[in-house]
Amino acid sequence: MAEVVDAVVGDAPDAVFVPRSRVVEGVRAYGLIVAMWLRSTMAYRASFVMMALGNFAATAFDFVTIVLMFSHVDVLGGFTLPEIALLYGSAGMAFGLADLLMGSMDRLGQRVRDGTLDTLLVRPVPVIAQVAADRFALRRLGRVSQGLLVFGYALVTLDIGWTVAKVVLVPLMVLSGAAIFSAVFVAGGAFQFVAQDASQVQNSFTYGGATLLQYPPSVFATDLVRGVTFVVPLAFVNWLPCLYVLGRDYPLGLPDWVAFLPPLVAGVCWVGAGLAWRAGLRAYRSTGS
Amino acid sequence: MRLYAVVAAGGFRRYATYRIETAAGVFTNTVFGFILAYTYAALWDERPQLGGYDMSQALTYVWLGQALLMTCVMMGGGFENELIERIRTGDIAVDLYRPVDLQLWWLAGDLGRAAFHLLGRGIVPMVLGSLAFDLVMPASPGTWVAFLVAVALGVVVSFALRYLVALSAFWLMDGAGVAQMSFLAGMFFSGMLLPLNLFPGLLGEVARALPWSALLQVPADVFLGKHTGWGLVRVYAFQAGWALVLLLAGRLVQSVATRRVVVQGG
Repeated sequence: MAEVVDAVVGDAPDAVFVPRSRVVEGVRAYGLIVAMWLRSTMAYRASFVMMALGNFAATAFDFVTIVLMFSHVDVLGGFTLPEIALLYGSAGMAFGLADLLMGSMDRLGQRVRDGTLDTLLVRPVPVIAQVAADRFALRRLGRVSQGLLVFGYALVTLDIGWTVAKVVLVPLMVLSGAAIFSAVFVAGGAFQFVAQDASQVQNSFTYGGATLLQYPPSVFATDLVRGVTFVVPLAFVNWLPCLYVLGRDYPLGLPDWVAFLPPLVAGVCWVGAGLAWRAGLRAYRSTGS
Repeated sequence: MRLYAVVAAGGFRRYATYRIETAAGVFTNTVFGFILAYTYAALWDERPQLGGYDMSQALTYVWLGQALLMTCVMMGGGFENELIERIRTGDIAVDLYRPVDLQLWWLAGDLGRAAFHLLGRGIVPMVLGSLAFDLVMPASPGTWVAFLVAVALGVVVSFALRYLVALSAFWLMDGAGVAQMSFLAGMFFSGMLLPLNLFPGLLGEVARALPWSALLQVPADVFLGKHTGWGLVRVYAFQAGWALVLLLAGRLVQSVATRRVVVQGG
């Protein structure tokens, strides 16, 4: 940690003459902290490789389970294995990227409990950048690569009538999906200012959401689908864009163009999560230790 | 004996302290219970009677999995992290001076923890699940008792496995890799993701013979009334057999390891 403080303090004269915006400063600090953790991780390469493989295998078991299910059935909720692989892969990539970038947010509750958050508050760097980059774990690429692999399998197996709109939609979906999940991570972090040892509630929305999106919406009760469309808009992460790519009907009789809303939804989520984070930070009372 | 009872009570109280965390955990178990239950329902919609379960039994299996997840520690995490830390820092040397049996000491604490998690993290998700889905509850008190015995044996098997994981730290110093392997095996081979009855062919036979099936598959089948009479005795023997073998293995590894610690000088 000392390294980061040094770097920031060392740059202070710069900041006096050319004031940087909070956003630029935050991203810069995030990069510095991430670089520090990368160096520290790479000090034990063998351990890193093991953890990355483990991360890959842990998420792969989810897909193995689905394959085992399909050893007994041909369709699940009216969807074939390659179709579910498309949902699974896109959910895995979006969540994996968000987890890589913001996954450390769930440690916030612990910092609030033991009072180490105070250290972050006195540094001249946005708190959110410090919390998000804390213990940056490159091994989480395991989940992203596993999602990518399954997604690739789906694209190769499925017979999709590609149009320009569909080609554009795929990368847009993954990036917006990652942004939506990141917003959920930030909102969850904000919640932990209030409920200090309730990181599990956050996990229900992040890990739970990722699990939910692996399966088609037709599997779930309408009220649940309604909830993840209009309340916590996870349906925009991959369900709606994927259903458009597959040429399937949308749940809840939604119109065609909603498949292209994810960037907009992600933006709204970011604003909401940002406001929640500020409110949480303002409500923070130190333990005093 | 009295001492170990006190340790067990301490284990119970220790986890009972974290009320908000328990409530948050119940919330998580319930959310995952819902997600899994719907996917199982879709599966059993296609193939009723799959794996010898009807729809209600399959859904009950899901909620039993959520209820027992923390009790039988399917995914690892618990006392073993603490023990690994003590081995890493050398604090274990102090533990070995104490006039108590190391393995029994940790077992007692873990049984106390399991009892709390059964009450704190088990009952509420089960009740919520039964409100939303059509679950089958054992009618006879005998089945409930048989189930609790199977759970207790499952907890001991789980403890014995995690004790071995922790002892590996004597050689590896860093238990993270082994803990992760054990997490993977626990999640997959306990039947947490899918009942082991649904694993095809040889994979299924191997999975059902491995110790992890004692953690969820066996207790769930006892709950669902699949094992009665001699069948019940047989699955108890299966669980107890694994418990015994693994506990003895732990003892053996421990005695080899402690000689090593003395050499290290603590």
